[in-house]
Amino acid sequence: MAIQLTNRSKVVSNKEMSFSEKLYLPAIVKGMLITFSHLFKKTPTVRYPEQKRSRAGVYRGQHVLKRDENGAERCTACGMCAVACPAEAITMENGERKKGEEHLYREEKYATTYEINMLRCIFCGLCEEACPKEAIFLTDRIVDAEYERDTFIYGKDKLVEKIDKRIDVSIRETKEVAEFKKLPGLKHNELFDSSKQLKKGKH
Amino acid sequence: MKVTIDGIEIDVPKGTTILQAARMIGPEVAPPAMCYYTKLKTSGGYCRTCIVKVTQGSTANPNPMPKPVASCRTEVMDGMVVQNVTSPDLLEARKGVVEFLLINHPLDCPVCDQAGECKLQDLGYEHGSAKTRYEFKRREYEMIDIGDKIKLHMTRCILCYRCVKVCDQITDNRVHGVVHRGDASEISTYIAKAIDNDFSGNVIDVCPVGALTDKTFRFKQRVWFTKPVDAHRKCDKCSGKTRVWLKGEEVVRVTSRMDQWNEAEEFICNSCRYDHKRTSDWVIEGPTKISRHSVISQNHYEHLNELKLQVLKQQKALGFMPLDKRP
Repeated sequence: MAIQLTNRSKVVSNKEMSFSEKLYLPAIVKGMLITFSHLFKKTPTVRYPEQKRSRAGVYRGQHVLKRDENGAERCTACGMCAVACPAEAITMENGERKKGEEHLYREEKYATTYEINMLRCIFCGLCEEACPKEAIFLTDRIVDAEYERDTFIYGKDKLVEKIDKRIDVSIRETKEVAEFKKLPGLKHNELFDSSKQLKKGKH
Repeated sequence: MKVTIDGIEIDVPKGTTILQAARMIGPEVAPPAMCYYTKLKTSGGYCRTCIVKVTQGSTANPNPMPKPVASCRTEVMDGMVVQNVTSPDLLEARKGVVEFLLINHPLDCPVCDQAGECKLQDLGYEHGSAKTRYEFKRREYEMIDIGDKIKLHMTRCILCYRCVKVCDQITDNRVHGVVHRGDASEISTYIAKAIDNDFSGNVIDVCPVGALTDKTFRFKQRVWFTKPVDAHRKCDKCSGKTRVWLKGEEVVRVTSRMDQWNEAEEFICNSCRYDHKRTSDWVIEGPTKISRHSVISQNHYEHLNELKLQVLKQQKALGFMPLDKRP
């Protein structure tokens, strides 16, 4: 016999029903009463998208690829996020920055394509933990519902933040990162300085 | 000659260095080496990462050596007792060496093509400290093109001299190796002159860091997204035995085959390295065995069965019963 895990299981019996049980009506009325009583109870659902439930600030939703304070993309396509990703949702291709593109890409190398398959993604946040350039962050936005599977593969057009519509992710910075940024002398720390960053439109 | 390294005794012939003796015992006791290269004559003695503590010089003279010695340049004596990982003092000293090597290193691993197979990365991870204490500006150089196939990032160079030795030993006319002194030292002209040689591409393979990189592979792929396979072709210049790095059907890079000490088994010619970038050019022997602790083996599933067996073995050792075998 299998191990009994709970004592909630009921043994099915085949005993003869009583007269009132054979009528069925009392049972139906009882059921209807339960349904009716729910009309006067508080509804647990909300009318999304008009009404939104509040979420924790550290909620892990749709990703964003950050730009630095000059508007250049921070991502350098190092591939750490893709190798850390347990769902293998991230793919990318690298390219070399050309002369005159310094305002577009912060580093010598950048991601020519960067794709996240939102159907594969499990929103664990390991990509942002792995990112050495503070480029990828998970935000408290929800990935939209779509009709086609292809449309769930988000490219750079959907992931990179709009230059005039920055997304504030300072809440997701860990204490350690904040401490590290304060270290003097490291050139790339100046580039990491987010205090100068525009703080517009919190989602 | 009997020598004891980290409590393990080994019999080695006369003239063996401590490093070679340690390598004979195995990777657990072998000290890391950044500049020493078995196949390059007179290499070693520059980087100081392979330092070891000699607690007993020999049976004849049992006094300890006064300070850590470079194991790649010190020959064993009969009855020598050496400490490597068993000496906390030595590990502390090596940490200092790593800190010095990293002082001027730009730490641009996210951009660097060597990341994932870089010996300095491994060394920093295993022996270095997580933080830097250096507060000054790091030295900077412009990138130099050595020929049309090799790029030199002098900022990343740790001055191991391996590339200089390669050029020195493949050509006769020496021009220059390293110019200037101290932290202004720079790999120079000599290498650029040797670039016409058929085997000049090997400077990329011997470079332990990302200072000399293959321009045909520049920013193409991260190493861990590619799949290394051992392959060969008929070549009249070299043995033709290489390691081909595939991404799907595309050959993204060709290198020489590395042994467990990250040294090339056989140097390959430039024609194999640069000009044969089609899968049809190669006879593929099979996937390269890569340690599962290496980032290169991440997200590859060739060794899944091996892994399963190991898990089962450990479960058995712990007395853990698999779910499907439970009553």
